[in-house]
Amino acid sequence: MTQTPDYLLPLPPAAFHILMSVADEERHGYAIIQDVEARTDGDLRLSPGTLYRSIQRMLQQGLLVESRRRPAAELDDERRRYYRITPFGTATARAEMRRLTQLVRLARARGLTPETT
Amino acid sequence: MTRFYRALLHLYPAGFRAEYGDELAAAFAQRAREHTGPLAPVILMTNAVTDVVPNALAAHVDILRQDLRYTVRGLRRAPGFALTAILVVALGVGANTAAFSLADFVLLRPLPYPEPERLVKIWQAMPGYGQMEFSPANLRDVGAVATSFTGVGAYWEGAVNLVGDGEPRRLQSVRVTPDLLPLVGVGAFIGRVLTHADSAGEPAVVISHGLWQGHFGSSPGVLGRTVRLDGVVHTVVGVMPPEFHFPARGIDLWTPLVFSAANFEDRNDNYLDAIARLKPGGTLEGAQVELDQIMARLELEHPAELKDTRAAVWRMQDEISDRARLLVLALCGAAFCILLLACANLASLLLARGLHRARELAVRTALGAGRERLMRQLITESVGLAAIGGLVGVGIAIAGLPLLSQLVPASLPIADHPTVDLRVLAFAAALIAITGLAFGIAPAMRAGKGGSLDALRDGTRTSGGRRQRLRSALVVLEVVGSIVLLVSSGLLMRAIWKIQAVESGFRTDGVMVMRTALPMPKYAPVAARERFYGRVLEDVRGLPGVASAAYVTGLPMDMRGGIWPVQIAGNEVRREGDNTASLRYLTPGFFSTLGIPIRLGRDVNAGDAQDRPYVAVVSESFAQRHWPGQDPIGRRFGFALGERTVVGVVSDVKVRGLERTSEPQVYLPSAQVADSSITSYPPKELVIRSTLPAEQWMPAVRRIIAAADAEQPISNVRTLADVVAGDTAARRVQLRLLAMLSAIALVIAGVGIHGLLSFAVSTRTQELGIRRALGAQVGTIVGMVLREGLTLAAIGTMIGIALSFSVGRGMSALLFGVPATDPVTIAAAAALCLVTAVVGCVRPAIRAARVDPMSALRE
Repeated sequence: MTQTPDYLLPLPPAAFHILMSVADEERHGYAIIQDVEARTDGDLRLSPGTLYRSIQRMLQQGLLVESRRRPAAELDDERRRYYRITPFGTATARAEMRRLTQLVRLARARGLTPETT
Repeated sequence: MTRFYRALLHLYPAGFRAEYGDELAAAFAQRAREHTGPLAPVILMTNAVTDVVPNALAAHVDILRQDLRYTVRGLRRAPGFALTAILVVALGVGANTAAFSLADFVLLRPLPYPEPERLVKIWQAMPGYGQMEFSPANLRDVGAVATSFTGVGAYWEGAVNLVGDGEPRRLQSVRVTPDLLPLVGVGAFIGRVLTHADSAGEPAVVISHGLWQGHFGSSPGVLGRTVRLDGVVHTVVGVMPPEFHFPARGIDLWTPLVFSAANFEDRNDNYLDAIARLKPGGTLEGAQVELDQIMARLELEHPAELKDTRAAVWRMQDEISDRARLLVLALCGAAFCILLLACANLASLLLARGLHRARELAVRTALGAGRERLMRQLITESVGLAAIGGLVGVGIAIAGLPLLSQLVPASLPIADHPTVDLRVLAFAAALIAITGLAFGIAPAMRAGKGGSLDALRDGTRTSGGRRQRLRSALVVLEVVGSIVLLVSSGLLMRAIWKIQAVESGFRTDGVMVMRTALPMPKYAPVAARERFYGRVLEDVRGLPGVASAAYVTGLPMDMRGGIWPVQIAGNEVRREGDNTASLRYLTPGFFSTLGIPIRLGRDVNAGDAQDRPYVAVVSESFAQRHWPGQDPIGRRFGFALGERTVVGVVSDVKVRGLERTSEPQVYLPSAQVADSSITSYPPKELVIRSTLPAEQWMPAVRRIIAAADAEQPISNVRTLADVVAGDTAARRVQLRLLAMLSAIALVIAGVGIHGLLSFAVSTRTQELGIRRALGAQVGTIVGMVLREGLTLAAIGTMIGIALSFSVGRGMSALLFGVPATDPVTIAAAAALCLVTAVVGCVRPAIRAARVDPMSALRE
């Protein structure tokens, strides 16, 4: 890939969540859904269609790869495919974080606060 | 439940389903396990649908976007292919969109009146005259008893002089019986239409939207205003809508047609066009039967005047001449031919491209692209090409529409040129879809099938035998199409030449014509008219450069009718084909102005006054018909309500146009008619022969006419040559279009032959190299390629010639006697086609000759 990490910015929220979800460990599709749901306290529940379309695109974009390593046999389900983040995925996620942080900083500087008054 | 979800998954593209179907199903199953409760199935299913449908759609769009990107990239790499394909589709779609918009406009669309299918035109009919206008008495009697109609109305077209503020204007007017406009059923734009109330009292007038805008500045205050039409004061009571035309386009105003008792006296005074509205559910056949019965009863009451008189009835919609219809249909046929050629060419191009890309496709298949995915890609490509080409084509069609306006018959109550509307665009879209899909699918299927590993093993020797045959067949088809079009336009060209070689009987060079139609009550006395003619002609003849000038009732090929029965010594008056002549009143000098030779006797002269014995000048065919082999001078005959003595014989003139047989002609001195009699025939066309350009003396003529009568408008100023050109205008437009289409067809066929041969040569590089290495001469190789191209052209030419015989027979009504088998035309078309084929062969042949044996073998 010759693309720079900010080539794909801004990331769709679903894609960012998926990257976060597989940042630390490989996960299969349904595990990603559950992870995202848990981390957002149930606010975001990805539908399977959205998830797999995102995954398909992110595979093409080189943000994810399908993992060839499988967990121990007793934990594995034959049908399941596991995904892990690529270095490009990590770089892109970082770039997206930078972008968002900067955005928030700018908003703060303008005196905007998230708290409702 | 899971089955339902699996079925739902079919909405996704096959590739996506294969990849993630199981995962999705597993996720769904897991969720189903988590959800319990009575409403769970409903919730699950709703969620499933709202998830799958938009995502599947988005997945398809993703693929489409990908394919389009791929297509654009691929086409950029093969710009020659892309441009050729786009051009071919553009020509096909453009020609057909234009032809369809014309056909739809002229033939298909119902007339712009409410329930137009119930509006019919009715005629009197008798042996020799299948359609004759009604006389007031006959129409009154028919209208009184006919039960097939909800109403019967009549109109009479004419023109009036509008005098008021500004220069006097000549306007196209129609006198309508008061019940006619309500019968047609279109309401007024402002004010009201004419009704029965207008039969009495101050005359009313309804004006067209165009006149309202042009002359009255769109002022709503026009209602109630008075205008002077031919000297009579009329009150404006209504303005019609902009799109209203009746009975044809170009009508400025409608005035009431009211009959006096005298109008009903002569049952053979036929001048009324009659319109009727069928009762709901009534049929044309029923109306025909009833009308014939009524006319038969009238014949019993008036056996002498109405001998053998019957009626004719047809839908107003069909009031379009067979020739006009044929002109439009021929154009459509030609356009369709172009479409076929374009499709053949597109298919051929795609096949060749598929072959070129067999290796690439095989590689992609080997890398895991599914067959469905590849086909989808190929179809996207062909539809994409068709869409771009189609858009260009629609642009061409829109640009070309004004050219088609000459093929819209002026007799129809519709605007003068077709517009591209939604119907037409839908038609174009359908054409594009058909072209792109039908002719993209076959090559795509073949490519999909060919995605085997064979193609990988050997890049150049593809199994192209069958495809080559298919492409050859397509090239033959293209040649057939071009031959048919070439022969058709060639035949039409021969027909025009033949028509133009017909002697009109008069000379047009240096003759200007213009119209000063004298309004009637004012100029009803013959003496008043004679004073006007005398003053105008004397002054005009005195202008420098003017050689001669005269007045006549109507110009040949402009006024085609005006046919009256002839009565010769004791014969009863019959209005039949062998007993009629065209009637023209004129002033002295008409024959010399138009260069019509006087064969015997003399021209009319100033001595032929109203109180002198009535005389006539007749045409040679008139003398020949009635007094064969005898001296016609001094003979007497009854014509136009009087007894006439022949004083001169002139040569014949093609009154009805170059293509038709004309009745013999009778010319009468303008003064020899009773006052207020035959009032639609007084001379109104001023013809002037001069040696100087018209610009130099035209202002003086206008001044002369204004001096003779300040309220007299001048209209229809043109050269006599223009009048004659108008006779063949529609034909020439059609020929130009057909010639253009033939040229397009020829180009398509040439491109097809060229493409096929170049491709054949490039796939046979190796074989050609071996042949060269084994000692084949360059000439032999070139001959081989040429032979291949010319064989196809020859086969196509022969089939095309056979086909064009039947096409030619279908057009025979347009061919003016040129036989469909005209050898000159056919030879020319074949030669042109073969030349194109040779041109198409040249480059591939040169390439074949340049094949280097060593490098070809090494490859």
